[in-house]
Amino acid sequence: MINFLLLILIYTGLYALLALGQNIITGFTGLLSLCAAGFFAIGSYTTAILTVNYGWSFWFTIPLAGVLAALAGALIGLPTLRLKGDYLAIATLGFGEIIRNVILNWDSLTRGPMGINGIPMPTIFGMVINPYRKWGYLTLVWIFVIVFYFLLKRLTRSRMGRALEAIKEDEIAAYSMGINTTKYKVWAFMVGAFVAGCAGSLQAGFTLSVTPNTYTFMVSVMVLCMVVLGGMGNHLAVILGALIIQLAAEFPRLLGLSSTVPPQFKQIVFGLILVIMMIYRPQGIVGRKKVNYDKFVGNETRRVAKKSEVN
Amino acid sequence: MSLLYTKQLTRAYGGVIAVSDVDFSVEKNSISGLIGPNGAGKTTLFNNVTGMDIPTSGSVHFNDKDITGVPAFKISRLGIARTFQNIRLFKEMSVLENVMIGRHFKSGRSMISGRTVNALTSYMKMKSEEKDVYDKAREWLDFFGLDEARNEAAKNLPYGNQRELEIARAMATEPELLFLDEPAAGMNPQETDHLMSTIRRIRDLGVTVLLIEHDMKLVMNICEHITVLNYGKKIAEGNPSEIQKNPLVIEAYLGKED
Repeated sequence: MINFLLLILIYTGLYALLALGQNIITGFTGLLSLCAAGFFAIGSYTTAILTVNYGWSFWFTIPLAGVLAALAGALIGLPTLRLKGDYLAIATLGFGEIIRNVILNWDSLTRGPMGINGIPMPTIFGMVINPYRKWGYLTLVWIFVIVFYFLLKRLTRSRMGRALEAIKEDEIAAYSMGINTTKYKVWAFMVGAFVAGCAGSLQAGFTLSVTPNTYTFMVSVMVLCMVVLGGMGNHLAVILGALIIQLAAEFPRLLGLSSTVPPQFKQIVFGLILVIMMIYRPQGIVGRKKVNYDKFVGNETRRVAKKSEVN
Repeated sequence: MSLLYTKQLTRAYGGVIAVSDVDFSVEKNSISGLIGPNGAGKTTLFNNVTGMDIPTSGSVHFNDKDITGVPAFKISRLGIARTFQNIRLFKEMSVLENVMIGRHFKSGRSMISGRTVNALTSYMKMKSEEKDVYDKAREWLDFFGLDEARNEAAKNLPYGNQRELEIARAMATEPELLFLDEPAAGMNPQETDHLMSTIRRIRDLGVTVLLIEHDMKLVMNICEHITVLNYGKKIAEGNPSEIQKNPLVIEAYLGKED
């Protein structure tokens, strides 16, 4: 039981990373993207191919997985930038499927539907992080979540974050205010894809084998749901969203009901949560994070002092 | 000297010619008006000058530089800011953040060498840059009397204040030329009066103002120079009293007497 709980928490961590990436694209910039699974797959296969075929260290494949996914993000971002809303969603959906199909059919590189097995267990300072013993890997995944949480928080609190949100709120106005919307939209796709690529890499190091059918459209939908459920444009909220969706997806087994409740039942729960959310809290459980600039910049007192000097 | 002028500016959408051969100019440090009946091509002209749309033919010059076809985000960096006919605020963002967006390109130029990277590398640097943006934004909010409401979401402001916030956001880019597209639309007389004094104060800062407006009281009161469009063509220009007497203008607005 505890093992199963740890497994869920590891997957929550991986999905939290995907959700953090998706949050940059959808939550901040307002681009409805449905290819998280594609970026995830690129990350996983980068690690699988490089460690198994070329003997790379697992650790070096993580940043490379991120970079390759980011390049894929730019590739999808550039031609589809003119598309909005549902049209963009369909184009990115197609892109995600293209990635999966390329992997499925590029036998010489990816071994097609058989997938790649025998990924070596990651080691650190001579110690093996054995995925079967969970605790080590749980720590590793959540260290990544925490690091990315802080990095992305810093990024979105800068002028870049404001620019992304402005694009979400009103693209034309943002454009006329001197924001290069094309650049920022591609940038958002690249950052989001980078995080998803790293998550893919971690996933490969955990499952030790990768197969194309892991990276289906359902993954992208789950990730999008986490972002919407938690709260668009709020990093902590989407991590919470990832946890809730994971628990909802695994609840029959968690409660020991897997023999009586059919696995399809989780999709009903899943759908129900979303319907209720959309009716009662469309902004997500937490909603957009408000930055208190008076406090953040911390010069409210000085301004007051200046004013009283004048008087 | 003309701060901005167009030469034979034409914009056609298929067979519809929205703006046709318009020579139009704005004098430095003036308040100018662009009027005409609905569908006369005023907003199209605005969009073509501010880079939101690309002219079919003709050219646009700003500070004697040809800016035809330059994209809007670069136009605003050259010193032209605008507001929109139907308010386009960043609704969910706070009043302060809206104006901070106006400081966007003033606070950094390039993504690689610029401040986005600072955001990741140096917390102190990022914070001091944010402070500059914040201070400037609050100065502009003070100017428009919106500072008290700075932490409200923009969508919660009363209508008149939303219009002024849009102007504040445009002013935060520190433009030489400010375009206002129907700033008084939907305002009550008190709000319009307040707007007039605000526009005058903006001009007193040395900013040239060009506005599209249907409220003739406002136009005739504050504009020193007026250009009249009808069916995409310029039919008259001059000072308010000349325009009021011009038979072509009267015909465009009221129709012809038989």
